[in-house]
Amino acid sequence: MHLTEEERALAAGAAGPARQWAIGHQIAVGRYLGAADFVLVSQAHIMADTESLGEAGVAWLERWAALPETDRQVRIPTITDPRGTDFAAAARLRQQDWMLALERRAIAAFQALGILMTDTCINYQTIMPAVRGEHMAYGDTGVVIYTNSVLGARSNFEGGPSALAAGLTGRTPRYGYHLDAHRRASLHIAVRDTPRALHEWGALGALVGRLAGDYWQVPVLSGIDRVPGSDELKHFGAALASYGSVALFHMVGITPEAERLSDVADPSLPLRATLGAEDLATFRRGTDRGAGEAVDVVVFSAPQLSLLELRDLAGLLDGRRTTVPLLAVTSPQVKPDADRMGLTARIEAAGGMLLAGMCFYQSYAREMAEANGWQRLATNSAKLVNILGGYGYHPVLASMEACVAAACDGRLPS
Amino acid sequence: MTSFVAAAGMGAPVRGRALVASDGFSARYDLDRLRGVFSRPDHALAGQSYVGRILVLDGAKGGVATAWMLHEMAARGIAPAALVLNRVNPIMVQGAALAGFTLLSGFDVDITRAVPDGAEVEVDPLADPPVLRLLG
Repeated sequence: MHLTEEERALAAGAAGPARQWAIGHQIAVGRYLGAADFVLVSQAHIMADTESLGEAGVAWLERWAALPETDRQVRIPTITDPRGTDFAAAARLRQQDWMLALERRAIAAFQALGILMTDTCINYQTIMPAVRGEHMAYGDTGVVIYTNSVLGARSNFEGGPSALAAGLTGRTPRYGYHLDAHRRASLHIAVRDTPRALHEWGALGALVGRLAGDYWQVPVLSGIDRVPGSDELKHFGAALASYGSVALFHMVGITPEAERLSDVADPSLPLRATLGAEDLATFRRGTDRGAGEAVDVVVFSAPQLSLLELRDLAGLLDGRRTTVPLLAVTSPQVKPDADRMGLTARIEAAGGMLLAGMCFYQSYAREMAEANGWQRLATNSAKLVNILGGYGYHPVLASMEACVAAACDGRLPS
Repeated sequence: MTSFVAAAGMGAPVRGRALVASDGFSARYDLDRLRGVFSRPDHALAGQSYVGRILVLDGAKGGVATAWMLHEMAARGIAPAALVLNRVNPIMVQGAALAGFTLLSGFDVDITRAVPDGAEVEVDPLADPPVLRLLG
């Protein structure tokens, strides 16, 4: 791996131990994955909830945070993914004091490192969207796939340690989706029926993800008959990244690198599958363990909700009353707007909770399930359905309308 | 002795008993890390302990949390001994690099079919090229 004079100096410790660890970590990763050199990045985004970090990870961060300021501060704008709690709602979620204490320690360490606590997985909707061709070091798979695919910028999945390393050095190893060669399509899927609702976009992402099944596969979809909105592509991408570990997709005539199929696919690329409405319905039914069965909790999260999703949710809840917990999760940037525009009040008047700065599955989901007796969970997020099985839940995918009905009636509509 | 050459490896050489399945791996999606078992109901290894075992699996799945979780699991001593995969994503590599974890990936054969479940194996990322050896 070619190193510049500056990178060799970082590796020798000339800029302190934090940057020395960072460049050493990046060199190890880059060599494993075949990087020829480094590429400068303009932002980093760190996934670092404390359920993932644990005590060991927080203590590790605190060691860097204790260094002198010139040795510890990040060199490029570095922002955070959702935290493990919304402190204002922790008691109602029955989260425990030790979780909050660990969160506070992690936040203090990140702030000492100069990191901006944005606490969001929808930074492409709320903070600053990347520009086509811009190189980033983003964590959160949903952020990466949206940034690569919809915005045409360039990032690999950068887990928390690697995103922090990129923040400290201002660069990342040049492999994978930083390179033109890896951005060509390897899997062609035709879509017969364009999804309408957000959960259907998630279902389509899940099905394509299962067909891809590999980080290094790049699906290209043809046949989408209208331009999807940002929330639709958000749910599609988040599910595709979750089910397939996929970091980049193309949609012919929609995403910026695929004006025509031939822009991203060789003529020899075969059509792998055609997906239609019946496939989406079959997928959704496959997540259900019986229509009409009682629901313990309804969750809108993963990714955090946009202002427009909250508007829709508030409209569905107007004049109704929930009988089981309904949790809606958004970013700290959207929450003040929701407060100001009365959306929070409308959701809470119906008995719902609007949480900010966390994401359900990153917030000690197993412990919340045990403390609250939650098992059967309804959501319109296919990504959340994919994750929560391992946390002891029986998640079911349904439309936002059906989820609201379940929250009010205690049962999903037949 | 039968051996399988890998495209890449990192970490220290380890020996142990293989836990093999033709399924993927994600610390967040698949594991109950408090109990040290596979907890995802539809995972091929559901209910089985991974502690101290050399996991031989198909590929990396899911999101980015494994990059922290390997480090967290190793710190509590409730971790696999090594991870051997047909295919990696960057997260597995980044997590192994942080944790000093032994990782091997990229074989000419389907490694989940080549290694019998329960076999004693040696994983040597320092060999040139990196290699997995069946012992006994």
